Amino acid sequence: MAGRWRRLGRSESATGWMLVSPGAILIGIFGLLPVLMALRLSFQKSDLLTPDTPWVGTKNYRQLADDPRFAEAIQHTIVYTALFVPGTMLVGLLVAAALNRSVRFISVYRTAAYITMAVSTISEGIIFLWLTDKDYGLVNATLNTVGISSQPFLASTSQALYVIVAMTIWGWTGFAVIVYLAALQGVPAELHEAAAIDGARPFTRFRTITVPLLSPASLFLVVWLSINALQLFDEVYLTTRGGPLHATTVIVYYLWDQAFVQFNAGYAAAMAYVLFVVSVLFTAVQFRLARKYVHYS
Amino acid sequence: MTTAEMTPELDGSTPRRLRLPFSGWHFVLVPLTFVLIVPLIWMVVTSLQTQGEANRFPPVLLPHHPRPANYVDAWHTAPFGTFFVNSALVALVVVVSNLVVCSLAGYAFARVRFLGSKALFMVLMATLMVPFQVTMIPVFLIVKWFGDHVSPYLGINHLGALMLPNLATAFGIFFLRQFFQTVPVELEEAARVDGTSRLGVLFKIVLPLSMPAMSTLAALTILTSWNDFLWPLIVITNQDQMTVPLGLSYFQGAHQTNWPLLMAGNVMSLVPMLIVFVVAQRHFVQSVAGTGLKG
Repeated sequence: MAGRWRRLGRSESATGWMLVSPGAILIGIFGLLPVLMALRLSFQKSDLLTPDTPWVGTKNYRQLADDPRFAEAIQHTIVYTALFVPGTMLVGLLVAAALNRSVRFISVYRTAAYITMAVSTISEGIIFLWLTDKDYGLVNATLNTVGISSQPFLASTSQALYVIVAMTIWGWTGFAVIVYLAALQGVPAELHEAAAIDGARPFTRFRTITVPLLSPASLFLVVWLSINALQLFDEVYLTTRGGPLHATTVIVYYLWDQAFVQFNAGYAAAMAYVLFVVSVLFTAVQFRLARKYVHYS
Repeated sequence: MTTAEMTPELDGSTPRRLRLPFSGWHFVLVPLTFVLIVPLIWMVVTSLQTQGEANRFPPVLLPHHPRPANYVDAWHTAPFGTFFVNSALVALVVVVSNLVVCSLAGYAFARVRFLGSKALFMVLMATLMVPFQVTMIPVFLIVKWFGDHVSPYLGINHLGALMLPNLATAFGIFFLRQFFQTVPVELEEAARVDGTSRLGVLFKIVLPLSMPAMSTLAALTILTSWNDFLWPLIVITNQDQMTVPLGLSYFQGAHQTNWPLLMAGNVMSLVPMLIVFVVAQRHFVQSVAGTGLKG
């Protein structure tokens, strides 16, 4: 009996390993191995091309601590994240609230709101480059009609980062609307009716019933949007190349520049590890805070 | 019932009130959705303008003589046909591979009790926490190694370099495992008793029941693969191996101020994914909403 069980167990194990091996090998080579290689690389000097990679100890990390451009990149990333995440959530919530009703053509309105999800970051960048063009842009034309003079936008060190915030909020609106709309549809109508009978005004009902019930969706968005905000690259590459005067150089742009333009791969790997640790800590803190503020019904 | 009884009463009490034949919410929804898609509308409008019209301020809102020839010009100025074929090839290989590889692994993790399955699953899922920027430099070196030692078609500056690192994803395995666990196990047991193998059960019973999950994964994978930019930027410099976003960014760099031409190219680049999105909208919505609610 025991022998038969063992045989069965062994053949089950063989089947199991056979089924998972293609996926496990691929993810092992392109997902796990690189994590270890990057760690080793961060203690080496490498130009990506020559096989000679001398060991430099913690030099890359010490250099990072004293690099004013890295400090600047961190600062830009923090400002960007602090505006982009709440901005996208607010726009997403307002649009989802407007779309959460059954009127005719609602599916057409919803598709129009979701569609930005299908627009690539490069298309988005080109569109906003044109919309915010300082000479011929539609945005400046609109500002002029309400009496505001034309702005330089992406050509200005003080405005460029905010233009990138605006264009990425637009790009992520579809995603946030989908998440919030699904959550709103899960809010039981009876709760609102009961509160209305008790005399609660619409805004009070929204604040005391809807917002707490949306908290799991909000947590998901905070985490997901933050992870993506820390990884901002495409739009910066397309619209400003980190300029003007490094004003939009965010961490990943600086990292890419160091690794694949300046060929300081070891230094870039150290930067990547700092980014990794920061994003893990960031997510952990968010989940910690969530215990206090998120209500699962 | 109650609304039906109340409606005539309400109508009677406000006989002179102007009643709209449609909901008042349209007055909110029309401007709102218009603002959201104005960037896309403006892209299409500009793509039909002449260069003279585009360089006028304030802008010409409606082209006087729409110029569809911009599309022909864009198509001839850059090898958009090649970009489309490349993107489609990469997306096709990546999607098929992900569906096969992730369903095999997802099924094993959902149903087969094998030694080390929990540990392996945890390790694979941990890779989801790692930002791509951490792994991209080593992945570049690994792909370069494959190009030098296995086949040049897998190496730098070849489409293989775009496919290879994306053939399987931890997300795909997790996603399908979650779905397979909801398939009633009794159906599988009946077939197993009849002597069907594990693979037979997966292909004949589980997969036909999992079509919604498979299509959702396919739709998400196509979108991610098609719109990917950073990785192609790193490994591809030859124009004949470029995908749509990379080709578009080079096109933009070469024709910076010719906005009608740029916008015509931009519209063409967007059409395939807009079609995929509208056709598979249900799947996108379900996948995003599903992950969001589970949080």
